[in-house]
Amino acid sequence: MDVNVRTPIAEQDPKVRATNFDEVCLGYTEEEAVEEASRCLNCKNPRCVGGCPVSINIPAFIQEVKNKNFEKAYEIISESSALPAVCGRVCPQETQCEGVCVRGVKGEAVAIGKLERFVADWARKNGITPKNTSKKNGHKVAVIGAGPSGLTCAGDLAKAGYEVTIFEALHKAGGVLVYGIPEFRLPKDEVVAKEVENVKNLGVTIDTDVVVGKSVTIDDLMEKDGYEAVFIGSGAGLPRFMGIPGEQANGVFSANEYLTRNNLMKAYKDGPTPIHHGKKVVVVGGGNVAMDSARTALRLGAEVHVVYRRSMAELPARAEEVHHAEEEGIIFDLLQNPTEILTDENGDVRGIRVIKMELGEPDESGRRRPVEIPGSEYEIECDTVIMALGTSPNPLIASTTKGLDTNKRGCIVSEDEFGKTTREGVYAGGDAVTGAATVILAMGAGKAAAKGIMQYFEN
Amino acid sequence: MFEILKKELLADRIYLMEVHAPNVTERCLPGQFLIVRSGEDGERIPLTICDYDREKGTVIIVFQTVGASTMEMAELNEGDCFTDVVGPLGQPSELCREENLEETRKKKIVFIAGGVGTAPVYPQVKWLKEHGIPSDVIMGSRTRDLLFYVDEMRSVAENLYVTTDDGTYGFHGMGTNQLQALWDDGKRYDHCVAIGPMIMMKFVCKLTKELGIHTIVSMNPIMVDGTGMCGACRLIVGDQVKFACVDGPEFDGHLVDFDLAMKRAAQYKTEEGRKKLELEEGATHHGGCGNCGGDK
Ligand SMILES: Cc1cc2nc3c(=O)[nH]c(=O)nc-3n(C[C@H](O)[C@H](O)[C@H](O)COP(=O)(O)OP(=O)(O)OC[C@H]3O[C@@H](n4cnc5c(N)ncnc54)[C@H](O)[C@@H]3O)c2cc1C
Ligand SMILES: Cc1cc2nc3c(=O)[nH]c(=O)nc-3n(C[C@H](O)[C@H](O)[C@H](O)COP(=O)(O)OP(=O)(O)OC[C@H]3O[C@@H](n4cnc5c(N)ncnc54)[C@H](O)[C@@H]3O)c2cc1C
Ligand code: SF4
Ligand code: SF4
Ligand code: FES
Repeated sequence: MDVNVRTPIAEQDPKVRATNFDEVCLGYTEEEAVEEASRCLNCKNPRCVGGCPVSINIPAFIQEVKNKNFEKAYEIISESSALPAVCGRVCPQETQCEGVCVRGVKGEAVAIGKLERFVADWARKNGITPKNTSKKNGHKVAVIGAGPSGLTCAGDLAKAGYEVTIFEALHKAGGVLVYGIPEFRLPKDEVVAKEVENVKNLGVTIDTDVVVGKSVTIDDLMEKDGYEAVFIGSGAGLPRFMGIPGEQANGVFSANEYLTRNNLMKAYKDGPTPIHHGKKVVVVGGGNVAMDSARTALRLGAEVHVVYRRSMAELPARAEEVHHAEEEGIIFDLLQNPTEILTDENGDVRGIRVIKMELGEPDESGRRRPVEIPGSEYEIECDTVIMALGTSPNPLIASTTKGLDTNKRGCIVSEDEFGKTTREGVYAGGDAVTGAATVILAMGAGKAAAKGIMQYFEN
Repeated sequence: MFEILKKELLADRIYLMEVHAPNVTERCLPGQFLIVRSGEDGERIPLTICDYDREKGTVIIVFQTVGASTMEMAELNEGDCFTDVVGPLGQPSELCREENLEETRKKKIVFIAGGVGTAPVYPQVKWLKEHGIPSDVIMGSRTRDLLFYVDEMRSVAENLYVTTDDGTYGFHGMGTNQLQALWDDGKRYDHCVAIGPMIMMKFVCKLTKELGIHTIVSMNPIMVDGTGMCGACRLIVGDQVKFACVDGPEFDGHLVDFDLAMKRAAQYKTEEGRKKLELEEGATHHGGCGNCGGDK
């Protein structure tokens, strides 16, 4: 065994998986997990822990894996994370925990995420769930949104004895984990639903089908229904469009619509909610959302092009996702930007006009700014266009809650590191505060807000 | 929780249901809608809230079976439950708001209801009557068998004009013809609310624009979440993109791009048509629909 190289992990063959919605990565076996765990140096000052927004005691759980005490490993992870099977799959580990692992200096970082996933999957298969032994303290807290931030905040509060109810607008809990991220990256029934169940087992009540701001307001919750504090984890679900001609044509979808139809409504299983089966699909954008849309369209039978205005090096999606997408046969049309969507006489998409770009000086984000090359426009024939341009927070809650400030991007303003908002007793975190970010940052924010809420009750 | 307390067949393929949904009734107002789902993977179906009882925590919905999901809903009976009911969604009607009462009192109002549109018109007319504001109602349908709520509507409308396209009941013609006839007789209105199929609302708007009557329509585009998250329901109103589920469903009808809205409403025609045929014909479906390829 070369200690500088990772233990390989099994994946579905790209040709096979391009035609199904089963999970791409098959996970470590026990032997592989133990072998990979033995690469961890059990550092005295583990840098990896500092790279994890929820501060999982990484060396400690990995040592337990090495010694085959998987149950103990799960207990250690559960102290810090309510959704380990999710994070082990979708965290951008290469820039978080693994990005700072000392093993990464000379060789490849320890596969922390894959080990975390192994432990969580092992626990699930062996029926082990986190326990809550705390006594109820009589305080009621409302959590809005059952995404990663809300679930984490609720779980931590329940563990400390608070009586917590989550109000969720959709019919299923999980947020982006159920409606956005596809089955082939994150199985819904086996993984997401089970981890949501674990949060419920800590004593959290989840009320689905409640749109806060419509069915009930935060003012009502606090003034009439006896909730003493509120956490807002309502995410950033509002889709952006480009504002180019032809965007309202039939066959143009926001990534949210396309993915929701497929993931939440299970259109791929031929459920009653229909989905547009394109023959040639153009996905506009370069983030995780674009990769997920592209790989979904591919699995529904289309030839798929990703149109992105910068180059490969600037693609914001996780490296692993881009790599998987390329293996599966997604075509990347880089340094191009759409200018118009072309329609036929019925109002259906027949193509997209794009202009070629080149990279100029770096902009405020530090990435080189793409500039149009005059006269380079051309048409790509297609029947479906998916806009994966990012999302912003839904204004519903802010507009129906007295004294809750938002900034000019529509994000809820948080005044300290604990997610305290401008309204007394109301905390917020996750995408609702930061704009679209990551699962683990949302969980970190949920955790911090749980601490903030506990301090609020102490004072 | 979402138990069906009452089910009634109002007319051919048009059902009324009273459903227990206290999450909706606490704050709902006329003009808003809800979303129901039946079954674990059921489609999310938007329906207008036709009436509500805050004490009992119940809402009335009226729906027409047009495709697979509404046909499945029609299979449910009293005592059965919907898997989900969520709402109220969208903005309440401008007319039926306490804070607008003074303004509303000054208006001469006519409602034009087409088809199932009768159901959502009824609570608005009723609300206005309860607040001492008279309004006229034109309710139209294709034929006599599809008419419902005639007596209920008569009891709340100042004047009720019933029309059928084929002349089997009431005025022979469409709602627009009736409005024109009233206008020609010297009747004057300055506010119109039209609710019904998009094509009907489009033609009402064309007429009321000529007559100079401010017109509100209730748009019913295809929706998925109903909370502003997907953009499926987007419309062009004036020169802006609007999401019907959060900005509407009611809009200034003279600003709505109906041709675009109708094209968008037809976008799943083939996919949905196939599902409906499967459901109607079951195992006896042997192709010929042109969609499923069952005959190839
Ligand atoms: C397609 C896609 C792929 C992604 N891939 C990755 C990835 O690989 N790795 C990664 O780390 N991150 C990824 N992300 C980002 C990540 O999913 C989000 O950053 C994260 O889910 C944010 O969590 P949250 O709890 O803040 O909000 P969300 O997950 O958005 O949850 C918010 C919840 O609140 C509910 N809600 C909203 N408004 C209301 C209301 N008024 N009343 C009641 N409930 C309400 C919503 O229905 C939703 O369930 C991806 C995102 C998308 C869309
Ligand atoms: C805000 C709002 C309020 C509504 N209120 C009512 C109501 O009170 N009573 C009522 O009967 N109906 C109402 N509708 C329409 C109702 O939601 C649709 O009839 C229903 O979704 C059709 O579902 P289906 O699967 O049975 O039919 P499908 O098979 O989905 O559709 C049958 C045909 O209708 C077309 N269609 C037109 N509009 C829609 C739509 N909104 N959703 C799906 N398909 C559509 C489809 O393209 C298709 O050709 C409302 C819609 C909206 C958006
Ligand atoms: S939660 Fe994410 S960042 Fe933290 S250890 Fe796990 S994979 Fe790494
Ligand atoms: S930094 Fe890497 S080697 Fe060190 S404890 Fe963390 S995972 Fe192990
Ligand atoms: S239905 Fe999804 S945004 Fe309106």
